[in-house]
Amino acid sequence: MFGYIARRLLATIPVMAVVAVLVFMLLRLTAGDPAAIIAGDNATSQDVAAIREKLGLDRPIVEQFVIWLGRILQGDFGESFFFKKTVAELIVGRVEPTLALAVCTLFLAVATAVPLGVIAAWKRGTWIDRGVMGLSVFGFSVPVFVIGYALIYLFAIELAWLPVQGYQPLAEGFGGFLERMVLPSITLAVIYVALIARITRASVLEVMNADYVRTARAKGLGELPVLVRHVLRNAAVPIVTVIGLGVALLIGGVVVTESVFSIPGLGRLTVDAVLARDYPTVQAVVLLFSAVYVVINLLVDLTYTFLDPRIRY
Amino acid sequence: MPRQRSVLIGASILAVIVAIALLAPYLGTRDPARIDPVARNKRPGAERVVRADDGTRTTLTYWMGTDSLGRDVYSRVVYGARVSLVVGVSVALISAAIGLVIGILAGYLRWLDNVVMRIMDGLMAVPAILLAIALVSLSKASLRTVILAIVIPEVPRVVRLVRSVVLSIREEPYVEAARALGAPLPLLLARHVLPNTVAPLIVQATFVCASAILVEAILSFLGVGIPPETPTWGNIMAEGRALFRLFPHNILFPGIFLAATVLAVNMLGDGLRDTLDPRVSRRL
Repeated sequence: MFGYIARRLLATIPVMAVVAVLVFMLLRLTAGDPAAIIAGDNATSQDVAAIREKLGLDRPIVEQFVIWLGRILQGDFGESFFFKKTVAELIVGRVEPTLALAVCTLFLAVATAVPLGVIAAWKRGTWIDRGVMGLSVFGFSVPVFVIGYALIYLFAIELAWLPVQGYQPLAEGFGGFLERMVLPSITLAVIYVALIARITRASVLEVMNADYVRTARAKGLGELPVLVRHVLRNAAVPIVTVIGLGVALLIGGVVVTESVFSIPGLGRLTVDAVLARDYPTVQAVVLLFSAVYVVINLLVDLTYTFLDPRIRY
Repeated sequence: MPRQRSVLIGASILAVIVAIALLAPYLGTRDPARIDPVARNKRPGAERVVRADDGTRTTLTYWMGTDSLGRDVYSRVVYGARVSLVVGVSVALISAAIGLVIGILAGYLRWLDNVVMRIMDGLMAVPAILLAIALVSLSKASLRTVILAIVIPEVPRVVRLVRSVVLSIREEPYVEAARALGAPLPLLLARHVLPNTVAPLIVQATFVCASAILVEAILSFLGVGIPPETPTWGNIMAEGRALFRLFPHNILFPGIFLAATVLAVNMLGDGLRDTLDPRVSRRL
Protein backbone atom coordinates (compact mmCIF):
# COMPACT_ATOMS: atom_id res chain seq x y z
CA MET A 1 0.00 0.00 0.00
CA PHE A 2 2.82 2.41 0.76
CA GLY A 3 4.12 1.81 -2.72
CA TYR A 4 0.74 2.86 -4.06
CA ILE A 5 0.62 6.01 -1.93
CA ALA A 6 4.14 6.92 -2.99
CA ARG A 7 3.32 6.36 -6.66
CA ARG A 8 0.14 8.43 -6.43
CA LEU A 9 2.04 11.22 -4.70
CA LEU A 10 4.68 11.19 -7.40
CA ALA A 11 2.04 11.26 -10.11
CA THR A 12 0.73 14.61 -8.86
CA ILE A 13 4.09 16.26 -9.50
CA PRO A 14 3.86 16.34 -13.32
CA VAL A 15 0.25 17.51 -13.09
CA MET A 16 1.13 20.40 -10.81
CA ALA A 17 4.19 21.15 -12.96
CA VAL A 18 1.95 21.52 -16.03
CA VAL A 19 -0.42 23.74 -14.05
CA ALA A 20 2.54 25.85 -12.93
CA VAL A 21 3.82 26.25 -16.50
CA LEU A 22 0.31 27.10 -17.64
CA VAL A 23 -0.16 29.75 -14.98
CA PHE A 24 3.31 31.14 -15.66
CA MET A 25 2.61 31.32 -19.39
CA LEU A 26 -0.70 33.07 -18.75
CA LEU A 27 1.07 36.35 -18.20
CA ARG A 28 3.64 35.89 -20.95
CA LEU A 29 0.93 35.27 -23.53
CA THR A 30 -0.56 38.71 -23.08
CA ALA A 31 0.60 41.40 -25.38
CA GLY A 32 2.93 43.89 -23.77
CA ASP A 33 5.49 44.09 -21.00
CA PRO A 34 4.65 41.69 -18.12
CA ALA A 35 6.26 44.05 -15.63
CA ALA A 36 4.03 46.91 -16.72
CA ILE A 37 0.98 44.63 -16.59
CA ILE A 38 1.81 43.40 -13.10
CA ALA A 39 2.43 46.91 -11.85
CA GLY A 40 -1.02 48.01 -12.97
CA ASP A 41 -2.25 51.27 -14.42
CA ASN A 42 -1.07 53.64 -11.71
CA ALA A 43 2.52 52.45 -11.55
CA THR A 44 5.50 54.72 -11.92
CA SER A 45 8.36 53.77 -14.19
CA GLN A 46 10.44 53.02 -11.08
CA ASP A 47 7.81 50.47 -9.98
CA VAL A 48 7.96 48.80 -13.36
CA ALA A 49 11.75 48.74 -13.33
CA ALA A 50 11.76 47.25 -9.82
CA ILE A 51 9.40 44.48 -10.86
CA ARG A 52 11.41 43.77 -13.97
CA GLU A 53 14.49 43.44 -11.82
CA LYS A 54 12.74 41.23 -9.26
CA LEU A 55 11.24 38.85 -11.81
CA GLY A 56 14.42 38.75 -13.87
CA LEU A 57 12.53 39.63 -17.02
CA ASP A 58 15.73 40.37 -18.93
CA ARG A 59 16.86 36.76 -18.54
CA PRO A 60 15.92 33.72 -20.67
CA ILE A 61 12.37 32.49 -20.21
CA VAL A 62 13.37 29.17 -18.61
CA GLU A 63 15.38 31.03 -16.00
CA GLN A 64 12.43 33.35 -15.38
CA PHE A 65 10.24 30.33 -14.78
CA VAL A 66 12.71 28.89 -12.27
CA ILE A 67 12.89 32.20 -10.40
CA TRP A 68 9.10 32.48 -10.39
CA LEU A 69 8.57 28.89 -9.26
CA GLY A 70 11.18 29.28 -6.54
CA ARG A 71 9.31 32.24 -5.10
CA ILE A 72 5.95 30.43 -5.29
CA LEU A 73 7.33 27.42 -3.45
CA GLN A 74 8.49 29.77 -0.69
CA GLY A 75 4.98 31.17 -0.45
CA ASP A 76 5.86 34.43 -2.15
CA PHE A 77 3.12 35.05 -4.71
CA GLY A 78 4.24 38.56 -5.42
CA GLU A 79 2.48 41.78 -4.70
CA SER A 80 -0.96 42.95 -5.65
CA PHE A 81 -0.56 46.50 -6.82
CA PHE A 82 -4.28 46.88 -7.06
CA PHE A 83 -5.09 45.82 -3.50
CA LYS A 84 -1.82 47.28 -2.11
CA LYS A 85 -0.97 44.10 -0.25
CA THR A 86 1.08 41.01 -0.85
CA VAL A 87 -0.95 38.37 -2.61
CA ALA A 88 -0.28 35.91 0.21
CA GLU A 89 -1.83 38.29 2.78
CA LEU A 90 -4.74 38.89 0.49
CA ILE A 91 -5.44 35.19 0.14
CA VAL A 92 -5.09 34.39 3.82
CA GLY A 93 -7.69 37.04 4.61
CA ARG A 94 -10.15 35.50 2.17
CA VAL A 95 -9.82 31.82 2.99
CA GLU A 96 -12.34 31.52 5.83
CA PRO A 97 -15.58 32.38 4.00
CA THR A 98 -14.71 30.18 1.04
CA LEU A 99 -13.68 27.27 3.18
CA ALA A 100 -16.83 27.60 5.28
CA LEU A 101 -19.01 27.73 2.19
CA ALA A 102 -17.29 24.75 0.60
CA VAL A 103 -17.46 22.59 3.72
CA CYS A 104 -21.14 23.42 4.40
CA THR A 105 -21.98 22.69 0.77
CA LEU A 106 -20.06 19.45 0.76
CA PHE A 107 -21.84 18.12 3.84
CA LEU A 108 -25.22 19.29 2.65
CA ALA A 109 -24.73 17.83 -0.82
CA VAL A 110 -23.46 14.44 0.29
CA ALA A 111 -26.11 14.13 3.01
CA THR A 112 -28.84 14.85 0.46
CA ALA A 113 -27.53 13.21 -2.68
CA VAL A 114 -26.46 9.80 -1.43
CA PRO A 115 -29.85 8.91 0.15
CA LEU A 116 -31.63 10.30 -2.92
CA GLY A 117 -29.51 8.19 -5.25
CA VAL A 118 -29.96 5.05 -3.15
CA ILE A 119 -33.71 5.51 -2.96
CA ALA A 120 -33.92 6.14 -6.72
CA ALA A 121 -32.01 2.93 -7.42
CA TRP A 122 -34.01 0.98 -4.83
CA LYS A 123 -37.30 2.14 -6.35
CA ARG A 124 -36.00 1.77 -9.87
CA GLY A 125 -38.47 2.61 -12.61
CA THR A 126 -41.04 4.15 -10.28
CA TRP A 127 -42.08 7.78 -10.18
CA ILE A 128 -39.65 8.31 -7.30
CA ASP A 129 -36.76 7.22 -9.51
CA ARG A 130 -37.96 9.34 -12.41
CA GLY A 131 -38.47 12.30 -10.08
CA VAL A 132 -34.96 12.11 -8.67
CA MET A 133 -33.41 11.71 -12.12
CA GLY A 134 -35.52 14.55 -13.48
CA LEU A 135 -34.35 16.79 -10.65
CA SER A 136 -30.80 15.75 -11.40
CA VAL A 137 -31.00 16.85 -15.05
CA PHE A 138 -32.71 20.01 -13.83
CA GLY A 139 -29.92 20.67 -11.32
CA PHE A 140 -27.34 20.39 -14.08
CA SER A 141 -29.17 22.89 -16.24
CA VAL A 142 -30.21 25.76 -13.98
CA PRO A 143 -27.32 28.17 -13.57
CA VAL A 144 -25.99 28.67 -10.05
CA PHE A 145 -26.86 32.35 -9.97
CA VAL A 146 -30.44 31.81 -11.07
CA ILE A 147 -30.91 29.36 -8.20
CA GLY A 148 -29.24 31.83 -5.87
CA TYR A 149 -31.48 34.73 -6.82
CA ALA A 150 -34.58 32.56 -6.75
CA LEU A 151 -33.74 31.49 -3.19
CA ILE A 152 -32.94 35.06 -2.14
CA TYR A 153 -36.21 36.25 -3.59
CA LEU A 154 -38.27 33.55 -1.91
CA PHE A 155 -36.64 33.16 1.51
CA ALA A 156 -34.97 36.51 2.10
CA ILE A 157 -37.29 39.00 0.41
CA GLU A 158 -40.78 37.49 0.24
CA LEU A 159 -40.68 35.41 3.41
CA ALA A 160 -37.90 37.40 5.14
CA TRP A 161 -36.69 34.35 7.02
CA LEU A 162 -33.03 34.79 6.27
CA PRO A 163 -30.63 37.65 5.55
CA VAL A 164 -30.32 38.60 1.89
CA GLN A 165 -26.57 38.67 1.48
CA GLY A 166 -23.30 38.98 3.30
CA TYR A 167 -21.04 36.96 5.49
CA GLN A 168 -20.40 36.86 9.21
CA PRO A 169 -17.14 35.31 10.44
CA LEU A 170 -17.51 32.27 12.62
CA ALA A 171 -15.74 34.10 15.46
CA GLU A 172 -18.58 36.64 15.69
CA GLY A 173 -21.19 34.07 16.58
CA PHE A 174 -22.40 30.78 15.24
CA GLY A 175 -26.05 31.78 14.78
CA GLY A 176 -25.35 34.68 12.47
CA PHE A 177 -22.75 32.65 10.61
CA LEU A 178 -25.17 29.81 9.99
CA GLU A 179 -28.02 32.14 9.05
CA ARG A 180 -25.92 33.62 6.27
CA MET A 181 -24.52 30.28 5.17
CA VAL A 182 -27.85 28.52 4.55
CA LEU A 183 -28.85 30.04 1.21
CA PRO A 184 -25.38 30.09 -0.39
CA SER A 185 -24.80 26.47 0.62
CA ILE A 186 -28.11 25.31 -0.82
CA THR A 187 -27.43 27.30 -3.99
CA LEU A 188 -24.03 25.79 -4.47
CA ALA A 189 -25.16 22.30 -3.45
CA VAL A 190 -27.78 21.92 -6.19
CA ILE A 191 -25.46 21.00 -9.06
CA TYR A 192 -23.31 18.89 -6.76
CA VAL A 193 -26.38 16.99 -5.53
CA ALA A 194 -27.39 16.38 -9.13
CA LEU A 195 -24.00 14.92 -9.92
CA ILE A 196 -23.64 12.74 -6.83
CA ALA A 197 -27.23 11.46 -6.86
CA ARG A 198 -26.85 10.36 -10.45
CA ILE A 199 -23.66 8.40 -9.86
CA THR A 200 -24.97 6.96 -6.59
CA ARG A 201 -28.02 5.61 -8.38
CA ALA A 202 -25.94 4.12 -11.20
CA SER A 203 -23.42 2.61 -8.84
CA VAL A 204 -26.06 1.19 -6.48
CA LEU A 205 -27.98 -0.32 -9.40
CA GLU A 206 -24.85 -2.13 -10.49
CA VAL A 207 -24.37 -3.71 -7.06
CA MET A 208 -28.04 -4.37 -6.39
CA ASN A 209 -28.13 -7.62 -8.37
CA ALA A 210 -24.91 -9.05 -6.96
CA ASP A 211 -25.00 -12.50 -5.41
CA TYR A 212 -23.99 -11.30 -1.97
CA VAL A 213 -26.95 -8.93 -1.92
CA ARG A 214 -29.28 -11.82 -2.71
CA THR A 215 -27.58 -13.81 0.03
CA ALA A 216 -28.03 -10.99 2.52
CA ARG A 217 -31.72 -10.80 1.68
CA ALA A 218 -32.07 -14.56 1.78
CA LYS A 219 -30.73 -14.74 5.29
CA GLY A 220 -33.58 -12.47 6.31
CA LEU A 221 -31.85 -9.11 6.61
CA GLY A 222 -34.18 -6.10 6.37
CA GLU A 223 -34.04 -3.75 3.40
CA LEU A 224 -32.25 -0.92 5.21
CA PRO A 225 -29.34 -2.99 6.54
CA VAL A 226 -28.99 -4.61 3.13
CA LEU A 227 -28.88 -1.23 1.42
CA VAL A 228 -26.50 0.40 3.85
CA ARG A 229 -24.20 -2.43 4.85
CA HIS A 230 -24.03 -4.46 1.68
CA VAL A 231 -25.08 -2.34 -1.26
CA LEU A 232 -23.82 1.14 -0.40
CA ARG A 233 -20.51 -0.10 0.93
CA ASN A 234 -19.77 -1.88 -2.29
CA ALA A 235 -21.03 0.99 -4.38
CA ALA A 236 -18.85 3.52 -2.55
CA VAL A 237 -15.82 3.79 -4.86
CA PRO A 238 -17.52 5.54 -7.83
CA ILE A 239 -19.47 7.75 -5.43
CA VAL A 240 -16.35 8.91 -3.61
CA THR A 241 -14.60 9.39 -6.94
CA VAL A 242 -17.29 11.69 -8.24
CA ILE A 243 -17.38 13.63 -4.98
CA GLY A 244 -13.69 14.34 -5.60
CA LEU A 245 -14.10 15.20 -9.26
CA GLY A 246 -17.10 17.37 -8.41
CA VAL A 247 -14.85 19.65 -6.39
CA ALA A 248 -14.04 21.30 -9.73
CA LEU A 249 -17.72 22.20 -10.07
CA LEU A 250 -17.72 23.35 -6.49
CA ILE A 251 -14.78 25.69 -7.08
CA GLY A 252 -16.39 27.13 -10.21
CA GLY A 253 -19.62 27.50 -8.27
CA VAL A 254 -17.89 29.24 -5.37
CA VAL A 255 -16.79 32.03 -7.70
CA VAL A 256 -20.37 32.66 -8.78
CA THR A 257 -22.10 32.05 -5.45
CA GLU A 258 -19.82 34.44 -3.60
CA SER A 259 -20.64 37.12 -6.14
CA VAL A 260 -24.39 36.55 -5.81
CA PHE A 261 -24.34 36.57 -2.00
CA SER A 262 -21.60 39.21 -1.57
CA ILE A 263 -19.39 36.85 0.38
CA PRO A 264 -15.85 38.23 0.66
CA GLY A 265 -14.06 34.98 -0.16
CA LEU A 266 -11.53 33.72 -2.67
CA GLY A 267 -14.15 33.42 -5.41
CA ARG A 268 -15.07 37.08 -5.11
CA LEU A 269 -11.36 37.90 -5.00
CA THR A 270 -10.85 36.03 -8.28
CA VAL A 271 -13.52 38.06 -10.05
CA ASP A 272 -12.30 41.34 -8.57
CA ALA A 273 -8.73 40.50 -9.56
CA VAL A 274 -9.74 39.66 -13.13
CA LEU A 275 -11.79 42.85 -13.42
CA ALA A 276 -8.84 44.87 -12.11
CA ARG A 277 -6.40 42.90 -14.33
CA ASP A 278 -4.47 42.12 -11.17
CA TYR A 279 -2.46 39.25 -12.64
CA PRO A 280 -0.33 38.20 -9.66
CA THR A 281 -3.55 37.60 -7.73
CA VAL A 282 -5.22 35.78 -10.63
CA GLN A 283 -2.16 33.55 -10.98
CA ALA A 284 -2.05 32.77 -7.29
CA VAL A 285 -5.75 31.97 -7.04
CA VAL A 286 -5.69 29.70 -10.08
CA LEU A 287 -2.65 27.88 -8.71
CA LEU A 288 -4.19 27.56 -5.27
CA PHE A 289 -7.56 26.26 -6.41
CA SER A 290 -5.91 23.79 -8.79
CA ALA A 291 -3.62 22.54 -6.04
CA VAL A 292 -6.61 22.06 -3.74
CA TYR A 293 -8.41 20.13 -6.47
CA VAL A 294 -5.40 17.91 -7.14
CA VAL A 295 -4.82 17.23 -3.44
CA ILE A 296 -8.49 16.37 -2.82
CA ASN A 297 -8.45 13.91 -5.69
CA LEU A 298 -5.21 12.47 -4.37
CA LEU A 299 -6.93 11.89 -1.02
CA VAL A 300 -9.89 10.33 -2.84
CA ASP A 301 -7.55 7.91 -4.58
CA LEU A 302 -6.00 7.03 -1.28
CA THR A 303 -9.37 6.23 0.30
CA TYR A 304 -9.86 3.49 -2.30
CA THR A 305 -7.50 1.26 -0.40
CA PHE A 306 -9.76 1.55 2.65
CA LEU A 307 -13.08 1.39 0.83
CA ASP A 308 -12.17 -1.57 -1.29
CA PRO A 309 -9.29 -3.65 0.05
CA ARG A 310 -9.20 -5.53 -3.25
CA ILE A 311 -7.72 -2.47 -4.92
CA ARG A 312 -3.97 -2.90 -4.94
CA TYR A 313 -1.83 -1.02 -7.32
CA MET B 1 -39.66 4.58 -24.62
CA PRO B 2 -38.73 7.31 -22.12
CA ARG B 3 -35.30 7.70 -23.73
CA GLN B 4 -36.71 8.74 -27.04
CA ARG B 5 -39.16 10.97 -25.25
CA SER B 6 -36.20 12.76 -23.68
CA VAL B 7 -34.69 13.34 -27.13
CA LEU B 8 -38.03 14.52 -28.43
CA ILE B 9 -38.68 16.99 -25.62
CA GLY B 10 -35.12 18.29 -25.74
CA ALA B 11 -35.18 18.68 -29.51
CA SER B 12 -38.56 20.44 -29.43
CA ILE B 13 -37.53 23.01 -26.84
CA LEU B 14 -34.30 23.56 -28.71
CA ALA B 15 -36.13 23.99 -32.02
CA VAL B 16 -38.25 26.73 -30.45
CA ILE B 17 -35.16 28.51 -29.08
CA VAL B 18 -33.40 28.24 -32.45
CA ALA B 19 -36.49 29.62 -34.17
CA ILE B 20 -36.61 32.50 -31.70
CA ALA B 21 -32.93 33.26 -32.35
CA LEU B 22 -33.29 33.14 -36.13
CA LEU B 23 -36.53 35.11 -36.27
CA ALA B 24 -35.50 37.65 -33.62
CA PRO B 25 -36.13 40.76 -35.77
CA TYR B 26 -39.64 39.59 -36.69
CA LEU B 27 -40.92 38.77 -33.22
CA GLY B 28 -42.08 42.25 -32.31
CA THR B 29 -38.68 43.18 -30.92
CA ARG B 30 -37.12 46.61 -30.78
CA ASP B 31 -33.46 47.47 -31.03
CA PRO B 32 -32.09 45.52 -28.05
CA ALA B 33 -29.33 48.04 -27.44
CA ARG B 34 -31.55 51.12 -27.59
CA ILE B 35 -31.37 53.10 -24.38
CA ASP B 36 -34.57 54.91 -23.46
CA PRO B 37 -34.21 57.08 -20.34
CA VAL B 38 -37.95 57.72 -20.11
CA ALA B 39 -38.80 54.06 -19.92
CA ARG B 40 -36.40 52.94 -17.20
CA ASN B 41 -37.29 50.10 -14.84
CA LYS B 42 -40.73 49.32 -16.21
CA ARG B 43 -42.37 46.25 -14.80
CA PRO B 44 -43.37 43.39 -17.08
CA GLY B 45 -46.50 44.18 -19.07
CA ALA B 46 -46.12 47.95 -18.66
CA GLU B 47 -47.41 50.03 -21.55
CA ARG B 48 -46.32 53.36 -22.92
CA VAL B 49 -47.85 55.51 -25.60
CA VAL B 50 -45.29 56.89 -28.03
CA ARG B 51 -46.06 59.65 -30.46
CA ALA B 52 -44.20 59.53 -33.72
CA ASP B 53 -43.13 62.63 -35.70
CA ASP B 54 -46.23 62.52 -37.90
CA GLY B 55 -48.49 62.61 -34.87
CA THR B 56 -49.64 58.98 -34.88
CA ARG B 57 -49.74 57.31 -31.51
CA THR B 58 -48.60 53.78 -30.91
CA THR B 59 -48.74 51.83 -27.70
CA LEU B 60 -45.60 49.97 -26.75
CA THR B 61 -45.93 47.04 -24.41
CA TYR B 62 -42.90 45.91 -22.42
CA TRP B 63 -43.78 42.24 -22.07
CA MET B 64 -40.79 41.56 -19.86
CA GLY B 65 -40.32 45.09 -18.58
CA THR B 66 -37.25 47.24 -19.11
CA ASP B 67 -33.87 47.43 -17.41
CA SER B 68 -32.36 50.37 -15.56
CA LEU B 69 -31.28 51.95 -18.86
CA GLY B 70 -34.74 51.61 -20.37
CA ARG B 71 -33.80 48.83 -22.75
CA ASP B 72 -36.57 46.39 -23.59
CA VAL B 73 -35.88 43.15 -21.75
CA TYR B 74 -38.04 41.09 -24.10
CA SER B 75 -36.00 42.20 -27.12
CA ARG B 76 -32.75 41.63 -25.27
CA VAL B 77 -33.80 38.15 -24.19
CA VAL B 78 -34.84 37.23 -27.74
CA TYR B 79 -31.60 38.53 -29.24
CA GLY B 80 -29.66 36.97 -26.38
CA ALA B 81 -30.69 33.55 -27.67
CA ARG B 82 -28.44 34.19 -30.66
CA VAL B 83 -25.32 34.71 -28.59
CA SER B 84 -25.98 31.68 -26.39
CA LEU B 85 -26.56 29.38 -29.35
CA VAL B 86 -23.58 30.71 -31.28
CA VAL B 87 -21.32 30.21 -28.25
CA GLY B 88 -22.72 26.76 -27.49
CA VAL B 89 -22.45 25.46 -31.03
CA SER B 90 -19.06 27.02 -31.79
CA VAL B 91 -17.49 25.77 -28.58
CA ALA B 92 -18.91 22.28 -29.18
CA LEU B 93 -17.66 22.14 -32.77
CA ILE B 94 -14.24 23.67 -32.15
CA SER B 95 -13.42 21.65 -29.05
CA ALA B 96 -14.70 18.46 -30.69
CA ALA B 97 -12.54 19.11 -33.75
CA ILE B 98 -9.39 19.94 -31.78
CA GLY B 99 -10.02 17.15 -29.30
CA LEU B 100 -10.62 14.65 -32.09
CA VAL B 101 -7.32 15.38 -33.82
CA ILE B 102 -5.26 15.39 -30.62
CA GLY B 103 -7.11 12.37 -29.24
CA ILE B 104 -6.65 10.23 -32.34
CA LEU B 105 -2.96 11.09 -32.62
CA ALA B 106 -2.35 10.53 -28.91
CA GLY B 107 -4.23 7.25 -28.94
CA TYR B 108 -2.45 5.95 -31.97
CA LEU B 109 1.08 7.27 -31.65
CA ARG B 110 2.59 5.86 -28.48
CA TRP B 111 5.44 8.33 -28.27
CA LEU B 112 3.05 11.26 -28.36
CA ASP B 113 0.59 9.80 -25.90
CA ASN B 114 2.53 10.34 -22.70
CA VAL B 115 3.42 13.96 -23.32
CA VAL B 116 -0.04 14.94 -24.55
CA MET B 117 -1.89 13.23 -21.74
CA ARG B 118 0.29 14.85 -19.06
CA ILE B 119 -0.53 18.26 -20.55
CA MET B 120 -4.23 17.34 -20.63
CA ASP B 121 -4.09 16.18 -17.00
CA GLY B 122 -2.59 19.51 -16.06
CA LEU B 123 -5.25 21.43 -17.96
CA MET B 124 -7.97 19.38 -16.30
CA ALA B 125 -6.55 20.12 -12.87
CA VAL B 126 -7.66 23.73 -13.28
CA PRO B 127 -11.41 23.99 -12.65
CA ALA B 128 -13.07 24.90 -15.97
CA ILE B 129 -14.78 28.14 -14.97
CA LEU B 130 -11.64 29.36 -13.23
CA LEU B 131 -9.50 28.66 -16.30
CA ALA B 132 -12.03 30.39 -18.53
CA ILE B 133 -12.08 33.45 -16.25
CA ALA B 134 -8.29 33.60 -16.17
CA LEU B 135 -8.07 33.26 -19.96
CA VAL B 136 -10.68 35.95 -20.54
CA SER B 137 -8.66 38.33 -18.39
CA LEU B 138 -5.78 38.10 -20.85
CA SER B 139 -7.32 40.05 -23.67
CA LYS B 140 -10.15 42.42 -24.40
CA ALA B 141 -13.59 40.94 -23.88
CA SER B 142 -15.21 39.87 -27.13
CA LEU B 143 -17.24 37.01 -28.49
CA ARG B 144 -14.13 35.40 -29.94
CA THR B 145 -12.15 35.64 -26.69
CA VAL B 146 -15.02 34.14 -24.73
CA ILE B 147 -15.41 31.22 -27.15
CA LEU B 148 -11.68 30.54 -27.04
CA ALA B 149 -11.62 30.77 -23.24
CA ILE B 150 -14.39 28.19 -22.98
CA VAL B 151 -12.91 25.90 -25.66
CA ILE B 152 -9.54 25.46 -23.94
CA PRO B 153 -10.89 23.87 -20.71
CA GLU B 154 -13.21 21.61 -22.73
CA VAL B 155 -10.56 20.20 -25.09
CA PRO B 156 -8.91 17.80 -22.58
CA ARG B 157 -12.25 16.15 -21.83
CA VAL B 158 -12.78 15.44 -25.54
CA VAL B 159 -9.18 14.26 -25.95
CA ARG B 160 -9.58 11.77 -23.11
CA LEU B 161 -12.75 10.35 -24.59
CA VAL B 162 -11.42 10.03 -28.14
CA ARG B 163 -8.14 8.57 -26.93
CA SER B 164 -9.88 5.89 -24.88
CA VAL B 165 -11.97 4.88 -27.89
CA VAL B 166 -8.88 4.78 -30.12
CA LEU B 167 -6.95 2.70 -27.59
CA SER B 168 -9.60 0.01 -27.68
CA ILE B 169 -10.06 0.17 -31.46
CA ARG B 170 -6.38 -0.09 -32.32
CA GLU B 171 -6.24 -3.63 -30.93
CA GLU B 172 -9.18 -4.79 -33.07
CA PRO B 173 -8.33 -7.51 -35.62
CA TYR B 174 -9.55 -5.45 -38.57
CA VAL B 175 -7.22 -2.59 -37.69
CA GLU B 176 -4.38 -5.04 -37.30
CA ALA B 177 -5.28 -6.58 -40.66
CA ALA B 178 -5.31 -3.19 -42.36
CA ARG B 179 -1.95 -2.42 -40.85
CA ALA B 180 -0.58 -5.79 -41.97
CA LEU B 181 -1.76 -5.02 -45.49
CA GLY B 182 0.39 -1.95 -45.39
CA ALA B 183 -2.30 0.72 -45.18
CA PRO B 184 -0.64 4.11 -44.67
CA LEU B 185 -1.26 5.69 -41.27
CA PRO B 186 -3.50 8.58 -42.40
CA LEU B 187 -5.74 6.14 -44.29
CA LEU B 188 -5.80 3.75 -41.34
CA LEU B 189 -6.86 6.52 -38.98
CA ALA B 190 -9.43 8.00 -41.32
CA ARG B 191 -11.04 4.76 -42.48
CA HIS B 192 -10.95 2.53 -39.44
CA VAL B 193 -10.40 4.61 -36.34
CA LEU B 194 -12.31 7.81 -37.05
CA PRO B 195 -15.76 6.28 -37.68
CA ASN B 196 -15.73 4.57 -34.29
CA THR B 197 -15.23 7.83 -32.49
CA VAL B 198 -18.21 9.56 -34.08
CA ALA B 199 -21.02 8.33 -31.81
CA PRO B 200 -19.37 9.06 -28.45
CA LEU B 201 -18.06 12.34 -29.84
CA ILE B 202 -21.54 13.54 -30.81
CA VAL B 203 -22.82 12.78 -27.31
CA GLN B 204 -19.86 14.52 -25.70
CA ALA B 205 -20.24 17.54 -28.00
CA THR B 206 -23.84 17.93 -26.87
CA PHE B 207 -22.78 18.10 -23.23
CA VAL B 208 -19.96 20.49 -24.12
CA CYS B 209 -22.53 22.70 -25.84
CA ALA B 210 -24.74 22.76 -22.72
CA SER B 211 -21.85 23.57 -20.44
CA ALA B 212 -20.52 26.24 -22.83
CA ILE B 213 -23.87 28.05 -22.79
CA LEU B 214 -23.80 28.00 -18.99
CA VAL B 215 -20.19 29.16 -18.72
CA GLU B 216 -20.77 32.01 -21.19
CA ALA B 217 -23.72 33.17 -19.10
CA ILE B 218 -21.62 32.93 -15.95
CA LEU B 219 -18.77 34.94 -17.49
CA SER B 220 -21.17 37.63 -18.69
CA PHE B 221 -22.93 37.63 -15.35
CA LEU B 222 -19.65 38.15 -13.51
CA GLY B 223 -18.86 41.03 -15.84
CA VAL B 224 -15.81 39.39 -17.42
CA GLY B 225 -17.50 38.05 -20.55
CA ILE B 226 -18.95 39.56 -23.70
CA PRO B 227 -19.15 43.41 -23.55
CA PRO B 228 -22.18 44.54 -21.51
CA GLU B 229 -23.99 46.38 -24.31
CA THR B 230 -24.33 43.12 -26.28
CA PRO B 231 -27.61 41.45 -25.38
CA THR B 232 -26.73 38.10 -23.80
CA TRP B 233 -28.68 36.35 -21.10
CA GLY B 234 -25.76 36.68 -18.70
CA ASN B 235 -25.42 40.41 -19.43
CA ILE B 236 -29.12 41.07 -18.86
CA MET B 237 -28.89 39.36 -15.49
CA ALA B 238 -25.67 41.18 -14.62
CA GLU B 239 -27.38 44.47 -15.36
CA GLY B 240 -30.35 43.49 -13.20
CA ARG B 241 -28.24 42.51 -10.20
CA ALA B 242 -28.13 45.90 -8.54
CA LEU B 243 -31.89 46.42 -8.52
CA PHE B 244 -32.79 42.78 -8.08
CA ARG B 245 -34.87 43.34 -4.96
CA LEU B 246 -37.14 45.83 -6.68
CA PHE B 247 -37.16 44.47 -10.21
CA PRO B 248 -36.56 40.72 -10.21
CA HIS B 249 -37.79 40.39 -13.80
CA ASN B 250 -34.34 41.30 -15.16
CA ILE B 251 -33.02 38.06 -13.71
CA LEU B 252 -36.17 35.95 -13.95
CA PHE B 253 -36.80 36.02 -17.70
CA PRO B 254 -33.28 35.46 -19.05
CA GLY B 255 -32.84 32.89 -16.27
CA ILE B 256 -35.84 30.91 -17.48
CA PHE B 257 -34.62 30.98 -21.09
CA LEU B 258 -31.10 30.02 -20.10
CA ALA B 259 -32.25 27.13 -17.93
CA ALA B 260 -34.69 25.88 -20.57
CA THR B 261 -32.03 25.94 -23.28
CA VAL B 262 -29.41 24.14 -21.22
CA LEU B 263 -32.02 21.64 -20.02
CA ALA B 264 -33.05 20.95 -23.60
CA VAL B 265 -29.47 20.38 -24.75
CA ASN B 266 -28.78 18.13 -21.75
CA MET B 267 -31.92 16.08 -22.39
CA LEU B 268 -30.92 15.73 -26.01
CA GLY B 269 -27.48 14.56 -24.92
CA ASP B 270 -28.87 12.05 -22.41
CA GLY B 271 -31.20 10.61 -24.99
CA LEU B 272 -28.52 10.48 -27.68
CA ARG B 273 -26.12 8.75 -25.35
CA ASP B 274 -28.63 6.03 -24.60
CA THR B 275 -29.52 5.61 -28.26
CA LEU B 276 -26.00 5.69 -29.66
CA ASP B 277 -24.23 3.86 -26.88
CA PRO B 278 -26.44 1.20 -25.32
CA ARG B 279 -23.57 -0.07 -23.19
CA VAL B 280 -23.46 3.10 -21.13
CA SER B 281 -27.22 3.39 -20.83
CA ARG B 282 -27.37 0.10 -19.01
CA ARG B 283 -24.92 1.41 -16.48
CA LEU B 284 -26.38 4.85 -15.94
